[in-house]
Amino acid sequence: MDIHEYQAKEILAGFGVNIPRGGVAYSPEQAAYRTTEIGGRGWAVKAQIHSGARGKAGGIILCTDANQVQDAAADLLGKRLVTHQTGPKGKLVHRLYVEEASSIKSEYYLGFVLDRKSERVMVVASAAGGMEIEEISQSEPDSVIRLVVEPAVGMQPFQAREMAFGLGIDAALMGQATTTILACYRAFRDLDATMVEINPLVVTDDDNIVALDAKMSFDDNALFRRPEVSELRDKSQEEPRETKATDRGLSYVGLDGNIGCMINGAGLAMATMDMIKHAGGEPANFLDIGGGATPERVEKAFNLVLSDEGIDAILINIFAGINRCDWVAEGVIEAVRKAEPDIPVIVRLSGTNVEEGRRLIRECGLAIISAETLSEAAELAVSSVGADATPKTASTGA
Amino acid sequence: MSILLDEKTPVIVQGFTGKIGSFHAKEMIEYGTNLVGGVTPGKGGMTHLDRPVFNTVKEATTQAGATTSIVFVPPPFAADSIMEAADGGIKTCVVITDGIPAQDMMRVKRYLRRYKQENRMQLIGPNCAGMISPGKAMLGIMPGHIYNEGNVGIVGRSGTLGYEAASQMQALGIGVSTSVGIGGDPINGSSFKDILALFEADPATDAVMLIGEIGGPQEAEAAEFIRDHMSKPVVAYVAGLSAPKGKKMGHAGAIISAFGESASEKVEILEEAGVNVAHRPSDMGHSIQSVL
Repeated sequence: MDIHEYQAKEILAGFGVNIPRGGVAYSPEQAAYRTTEIGGRGWAVKAQIHSGARGKAGGIILCTDANQVQDAAADLLGKRLVTHQTGPKGKLVHRLYVEEASSIKSEYYLGFVLDRKSERVMVVASAAGGMEIEEISQSEPDSVIRLVVEPAVGMQPFQAREMAFGLGIDAALMGQATTTILACYRAFRDLDATMVEINPLVVTDDDNIVALDAKMSFDDNALFRRPEVSELRDKSQEEPRETKATDRGLSYVGLDGNIGCMINGAGLAMATMDMIKHAGGEPANFLDIGGGATPERVEKAFNLVLSDEGIDAILINIFAGINRCDWVAEGVIEAVRKAEPDIPVIVRLSGTNVEEGRRLIRECGLAIISAETLSEAAELAVSSVGADATPKTASTGA
Repeated sequence: MSILLDEKTPVIVQGFTGKIGSFHAKEMIEYGTNLVGGVTPGKGGMTHLDRPVFNTVKEATTQAGATTSIVFVPPPFAADSIMEAADGGIKTCVVITDGIPAQDMMRVKRYLRRYKQENRMQLIGPNCAGMISPGKAMLGIMPGHIYNEGNVGIVGRSGTLGYEAASQMQALGIGVSTSVGIGGDPINGSSFKDILALFEADPATDAVMLIGEIGGPQEAEAAEFIRDHMSKPVVAYVAGLSAPKGKKMGHAGAIISAFGESASEKVEILEEAGVNVAHRPSDMGHSIQSVL
């Protein structure tokens, strides 16, 4: 789960990281008024969206008076910002963060990630701040410092010092630097984060170490013990189809194709999408309905896929393990009977009681196309949407 | 022969008396697994499915001689159960539970390191379908009847995609020595490499089917291991060709976040190491047939 910059800053400030004075704003008037609360002579108006690279996309505007702030806010609110992380549709700006401008002496990159190779928290830093870490790793790989935290004891002050000296931070600022680095680590550990990133971390002209930007992501699997993190969820930043699925307990990722997919198991779902691609089509979504494919679950998932207006066919691929194909078939038949889709529905069943399941599909009297193998299912789905597999924009009326 | 599990292996279920634990325990007993009991704290002394229930893993290992366990404990308590298994003398522990926090798994992996390599519990999963040595024993949630007995080892992250491979093989008359699901989590117990090493040493396994997916470094590590240490042919398939970057595809670990983690990059790495890669998931069975 991702959160906004201002939320991440609030969290990190609570652990001891310095942040510039600032406040959130939902209207141009609030943004302008923030300047009087914050004080100072310059402000940054920052679009709050779940994406990095906002500056390049025009999402951060520097201002020198309250009128400018108000105009900048009016310009940004309601806009869809497109960055290379948001996809072509971009993300809607409906919150701003107004922050005092800082005078920067030097800037750094500081990040904490869950490293899958060492299976530990890895701290990554570079004196080439401001750029994204992928860019830094490519253009200045030697500037990147990495260290791994021993999980039994946590990050130690000497590690933070090594890191800060490695970045070339002035010895007089060592106390501030280690406090900042250790604070980020504690926030990561205590809140089950999967990522904490401060980019840039700066030394200001008056020798303060300040987080100018902050990003945090959290482990979805740990949310059961982090209600304070769940509270920060902003559904407006999620793809609506995904929000709907998450709230129904289904695992869904929206894509741009026109073949709706409904599969049990994450691996089989990815494999089925691969087959559609190989057959010359494009999947409209990833959808894993999970292990226990009960008729109710099948129906719920079916309606979710069907609610996507961009689809021209639905491909259902169920491998009944502990389930039974005849039960799954009943669920699919029931769902099709109720929803009456006017697009082709292709079903491939496999596993326990497959013969009975296929018989039910064959004899149900509905226009459900039955496939025996994975490749047959994908080919049928692709041919049913026509040779031109590019997605239609118009609704199919389903 | 087989790896990790056969008809004699004494097994306990952790989370034995719960709904899910009970259901799968029954299925495993029917398949022929030597289930010697189970653990549910507070229910020790009871009998469940004609087997003794113990309060602790230590009691189950000392009193019922269990060497192997399968965990169905819910996510908030699963890490604790895994560490209890390691401390209680379990040699192989399969964790079915989906949804364990990554930092819990980090601590589990750290905890396992307190035992010397030769005494260290082999952890399989979490978030996996378990394992099966067809015709001998089943320690998981898979449909046993789709696996023929045979000489091909299967190791994969995904449950249902593993079933797909097994049924493609069954349709071609190819059987399986042991199938192991290593699970879809970012931090897991045994890696592809760990299981490949066991298959390489198993005289009853002649070839291995490796089923990977996007995310993480383990397919690349497997490629290196296959190149340097394996004499048996390995066929691989990597799922997620159409997965976008930065999106979690169902499994907590199925996310492309770094270089080398996409399906096409992994395919390239595996092919460079001399692995026979099935480019379409429908070709898994035929690809294995071609190397036998």
